[in-house]
Amino acid sequence: MHILCTTHTYAYGAWLGKLMKRALPVLTVLAVIVGIWYLGAWRMNMPWALQQAERAEQTLSTGELFKATMNQTRPRVPAPHQVAAELWSVTGEMAIKGRAMSKRSFIYHGWVTLRTTLTGFALGVTLGILGAVAITYSRVSEMSLMPWAIVSQTIPIVALAPMIIVLSNAVGIEGRGVPKAIISAYLCYFPVLVGMVKGLNAPGPQQLDLLKTYNASAAQSFFKLRLPASMPYLFTSLKVAIAAALVGTIVGELPTGAINGLGARILIGDQFGTPLAIWAALIAATCLAGVLVVVIGGLQTVVLRAMGMAR
Amino acid sequence: MSWIVGALLFWAVAWAVNVALARSPWHGSRAVRVAVPLIFGLTLLVLWQGLVRGLEVNPVILPAPTDIAATFANSTDVLWVDFVQTVLKGALSGYAMGCGAAFLTALAIDRSAFLTAGLLPIGNFVAALPIVGIAPILVSWFGFDWHSKAAVVVVMVFFPVLVNVVQGLREADAMQKDLMRTYAASYWQTLVKLRLPAAMPFVFNGLKIATTLALIGAIVAEYFGSPIKGMGFRISTGVGRLAIDLVWAEIAVAALVGTAFYGIVAMIEKLVTFWHPSQRVG
Repeated sequence: MHILCTTHTYAYGAWLGKLMKRALPVLTVLAVIVGIWYLGAWRMNMPWALQQAERAEQTLSTGELFKATMNQTRPRVPAPHQVAAELWSVTGEMAIKGRAMSKRSFIYHGWVTLRTTLTGFALGVTLGILGAVAITYSRVSEMSLMPWAIVSQTIPIVALAPMIIVLSNAVGIEGRGVPKAIISAYLCYFPVLVGMVKGLNAPGPQQLDLLKTYNASAAQSFFKLRLPASMPYLFTSLKVAIAAALVGTIVGELPTGAINGLGARILIGDQFGTPLAIWAALIAATCLAGVLVVVIGGLQTVVLRAMGMAR
Repeated sequence: MSWIVGALLFWAVAWAVNVALARSPWHGSRAVRVAVPLIFGLTLLVLWQGLVRGLEVNPVILPAPTDIAATFANSTDVLWVDFVQTVLKGALSGYAMGCGAAFLTALAIDRSAFLTAGLLPIGNFVAALPIVGIAPILVSWFGFDWHSKAAVVVVMVFFPVLVNVVQGLREADAMQKDLMRTYAASYWQTLVKLRLPAAMPFVFNGLKIATTLALIGAIVAEYFGSPIKGMGFRISTGVGRLAIDLVWAEIAVAALVGTAFYGIVAMIEKLVTFWHPSQRVG
């Protein structure tokens, strides 16, 4: 892209135009959402502000009332700028003070969540790929595993979460990391399994026959044909899976009494009645999800281009 | 010891039966397609039973399947109350409201290409977010009873369904729409007779994803406060007072409900989209 842009400046202009055409609607909708958010904050925080004013025996003008709904310390709906300020105070500001890894910093909690997410993701992807290979090569495993894989995803994992923690404690695993990773892997193995079963079966009979005429062994036809052919499917599933892994980690942190991690911050914010902390943690989790999906998307572009499969 | 040996022996025999069934000439028949996974599931249960009994695992840590079944049979009244509270009141009402709202929103958005282009990427992104985190906020807004659970479910199912319906509505291609225009069909006629039927595979995809989300939402929301009934309440308090067998019975109910809910939606899909290539048999 870079070389293309410098040698053909007109291509850059066209590219920018295309980007604007795609970004403009998204930005508009985002602006509308922020607008609705402000309106919601104004409407939902109004009763409390009015009540305070009545208690102080004051009357508020519309402007004063609006101001009073935007800066409450325990609002029902915090305004976007309040959440942004809260988020900055627990990330950037702490990093500047050199306390990025203190227990109050979201960089620390984000890291805890990220670590678990990546562990669960690695576990889930490995399981998914192994399962897909087994299903591709063995009819017994296809017939016995596939229905249960589908059933496993219809079971609400949150019901199982406390039991996974009890069990892993009983087996002698200390801490919350491993059970959270298991819950995360439980949610993210399925897209990989389904995607890889499709991907490994993507080569047509013609291509498989060709390898047979080359007298290729099973391993050769796997590594030289089936595995490369499955890469586009794998990356598409990985993007779904990384988001699912993060959801799994947060679900694992919510009901389990964890104290570190973004999900735990939501829980603690709820217990201490600090809505700002809950909203900030939600936004932080959102950003984390965005970054993870973008990273996998970038990896997808690089790998597929290197393999000559870029669309 | 005999428990473990017996369980392992059962596993070996069951596996051999499954291999034989899969290699038999009837491997494509419906009976075998159902029998093989059932035998596999049964094997897991027998292994669980054998290992728990053989290793004498404390029932406070992991009860045997037979113990769970006994508890299940003894406490059907409690399980039923929880089922009504969590599934019927929380999950199902939220599911209906969320899916309905998403469907209507999608129809509204669909009239503007600009909004569609803006909302699809955002909706896709939001659908991938850990929205369950919103549960404590909604519980504090709507109180402890089932209303807050339904609200969580509405928020959780809204975006996956919205994105799928919007995408589905774009399925009918230009040729088909042109044909409708040559018939002088109105917007609503085109919608009802062409575009909605064409969208159904996508719609049901969203509805199926939403079934699991609905149960997850309803149960998680109960962890943040609920009246003294409900599956999430029973599970979280059950762990606290070591009534692990009751917790497992609740998990069994959750699993059965989840599978049945998904199965019912999938069955309706089969009836509605019988024309789609993915539903053809053989």
